[in-house]
Amino acid sequence: MNKIAVIDYGMGNLHSVAKAVEFVGSQSGDDVAVIVTSDAQKIANADRVIFPGVGAIRDCMAEILRLDVDKIVGDAIRCKPVLAICVGMQALMLRSEENAGVVCLGFVQGEVRYFGDELKDEGGERLKVPHMGWNEVNQVRAHPLWQDVPDNSRFYFVHSYYVYTDKQEMVTGVTNYGTDIVASLADDNIFATQFHPEKSQHAGLTLLRNFLRWDGTS
Amino acid sequence: MALAKRIIPCLDCEKGRVVKGVKFLDIRDAGDPVEVSKRYSDAGADEITFLDITASHEGRDTTVHTVEAIASQVFIPLTVGGGIRTLDDIRTMLNAGADKVGINTAAVSNPEFVREAAERFGSQCIVVAVDAKQVSNGGEESKWEIFTHGGRNPTGLDAIDWVKRMVDYGAGEILLTSMDRDGTKIGFDLVLTKAVSNAVSVPIIASGGVGNLQHLVDGVIEGEADAVLAASIFHFQEYSIQEAKAYMADNGIEVRQ
Repeated sequence: MNKIAVIDYGMGNLHSVAKAVEFVGSQSGDDVAVIVTSDAQKIANADRVIFPGVGAIRDCMAEILRLDVDKIVGDAIRCKPVLAICVGMQALMLRSEENAGVVCLGFVQGEVRYFGDELKDEGGERLKVPHMGWNEVNQVRAHPLWQDVPDNSRFYFVHSYYVYTDKQEMVTGVTNYGTDIVASLADDNIFATQFHPEKSQHAGLTLLRNFLRWDGTS
Repeated sequence: MALAKRIIPCLDCEKGRVVKGVKFLDIRDAGDPVEVSKRYSDAGADEITFLDITASHEGRDTTVHTVEAIASQVFIPLTVGGGIRTLDDIRTMLNAGADKVGINTAAVSNPEFVREAAERFGSQCIVVAVDAKQVSNGGEESKWEIFTHGGRNPTGLDAIDWVKRMVDYGAGEILLTSMDRDGTKIGFDLVLTKAVSNAVSVPIIASGGVGNLQHLVDGVIEGEADAVLAASIFHFQEYSIQEAKAYMADNGIEVRQ
């Protein structure tokens, strides 16, 4: 039995990620049990942990701290594979520019920046913010979670802030939207994505399948 | 590489079945929403929009179950609109598996609702749907007014001012329907679409009037829409999603294939 805990701290649509993981488990014939919970003990007992997040970072961080999810995530990071998605990824960083500046969990080196109001593409055309829709992800580093995912596959993004890190060796995927941004990164047993694998059809489901089988090493 | 323009089939649903009205009348049955969603997703649709046109409260439970069923089998973004009036309505739909909700009439009757919704759930899941109708005469500068209740009720609101205000309040996306074009199959109102797209920073979904694939291309290139929505041309299999994408790609539009 492969026990997957999706951390629930009241922010956003956890049904999607839980359903996607269940679907992938049933498709691949693996014995997968998914629980959506904020219970520290259940998360401690899980084999793998998914840390999702949508919405404003200030509200996410407030709920994370109120429900002691910071400690739960910290414990998970010490010992098992963790997949952080979207604002879940951003919450792992040191700080975010959103909401006039929010201190984040600081488990991963880097910060969260705003795209800016005057974002333009290479041809000088205005780009809409949020970055919403399907964009290509260049796999800049090999990783077990990329197995069977063709390079430059499109994944579904929806965000106005993006992760910046000086530790380029962590970056596994890059996408371009006016500027090169971190689409995904890996830091030991953490894999984090700015895009939503649970909403990215074949490419996303393949990445989730790989996560279900990942031992946390690269 | 660039962000792909999105093709979004729209499922107008009543009592658990997909229907599509022509100018909101003359409804024809186009099938089971779960099957239809799955078919579109397999064919490469970039998102699904589910519009609940059921008026009664009993019908709402059916909608929640339908959304749950779609979300369990379809792994692309799902927007649910129709009858979203309270923060509880939004929570119910998000918990059922919707990624975004479309707010239309409730935004007009209480604009602060959009602000509260965006603050609580994040702008990324708040789509403000607007139904606009041209009110200027030929020779005058184009003007459009917002209508509610399927185009029956004028509001006195200028469409451009309204979408700017909605984005200011936290709308993450605008679903723009031309009431003059809806059901006509003569193409989007491109002047309206471009005016709205240029007025705001967030993505615009063009809707209303698609009758052929060139209309989709026009919506993106001339209307400057970020996504194009259509119902009947896909429901009645006049064109497939693949054909639509291939046609857009042939016309130089970035699409997901």
